[in-house]
Amino acid sequence: MAKKTKKGRITIDRELCKGCYLCAWVCPNHLIEVSDKLNQKGYYPAEFKETDEKEENHKCTGCAICATICPDIAIEVYRG
Amino acid sequence: MEKKVFQRPKYLKDAVFHYCPGCGHSIIHRLLAEVLEELDIGDKAIGVPPAGCAVLAYNYFDVDMGEAAHGRGAAVATGIKRILPDRIVFTYQGDGDIAAIGTAETIHAANRGENVTVIFVNNGTYGMTGGQMAPTTLPGQNSTTTPGGRDPDRDGPPIDLSQMLAITKGSTYIERTAVNSYKNIKRTKKALTKAFKTQMAGLGFSLVEILSPCPTNWKMSSVDAAKWVDETMTKIFPLKVIKDETGKRIDN
Repeated sequence: MAKKTKKGRITIDRELCKGCYLCAWVCPNHLIEVSDKLNQKGYYPAEFKETDEKEENHKCTGCAICATICPDIAIEVYRG
Repeated sequence: MEKKVFQRPKYLKDAVFHYCPGCGHSIIHRLLAEVLEELDIGDKAIGVPPAGCAVLAYNYFDVDMGEAAHGRGAAVATGIKRILPDRIVFTYQGDGDIAAIGTAETIHAANRGENVTVIFVNNGTYGMTGGQMAPTTLPGQNSTTTPGGRDPDRDGPPIDLSQMLAITKGSTYIERTAVNSYKNIKRTKKALTKAFKTQMAGLGFSLVEILSPCPTNWKMSSVDAAKWVDETMTKIFPLKVIKDETGKRIDN
């Protein structure tokens, strides 16, 4: 029987993000990248990238480490 | 069914922080709001913001706030707590505020055992005024007033205020933590919870010193600043419980 793993997802508010990239540094699965579009403040915000299209291959577990270290509360975490 | 597991805490207003990218103040604000929510004391809390980067803290916290003159947070908190003893009173101070201009007020408040909680944010520099040397600047650390690094022979060694407060008879709980990694952030939250519980039980003066990265004035990237706290700052300011006389009088 396949081991059931918890799946999660995060949302990053582009306008709240100030581009410190602490989230990208701490993400255990390296799922956060730098956006190539500026936000209104002029920062390149962090972006959540779940590359695999199949839902069962998604790597984000919703551990919330990124949200815990985010200084600007730009990240919200969903699990389920 | 998908569940939201992390969101903005109840006692933080829906305002964008004015702090620089990667600043520890924002993380500490959030932790404080989370602790107030978890202990269910936000509605009777009164905060005292400092002069410094966090001078506008009242724009972010959805609790009562009363601004203090530069460094006088502990004195103002003393007054508030003595008039309104059923309230939870905390001060939020930086190293320039608490360890330079406000040293006297802080030491005497601790010595009298005032039943308040002090949050001492130590980033080793004067952030708001542009990165001058603070009392807590590390030996060899560059600042605009110590180009080439702080020389302990010329400028004196960094002051360890928490240790000084620990020898006063009135202080009950003093811990030093940091907000540069997930693990340290969790520890900081635990320490803040314990500090507020100390006050709620009426045990006396509690203080949490938090080492906080200041990437702008340290002239580093946010990630390098977070690493620098671990590699350099904790050698001078080790993370530990400096004093804990709460014993079994509060549950952890």
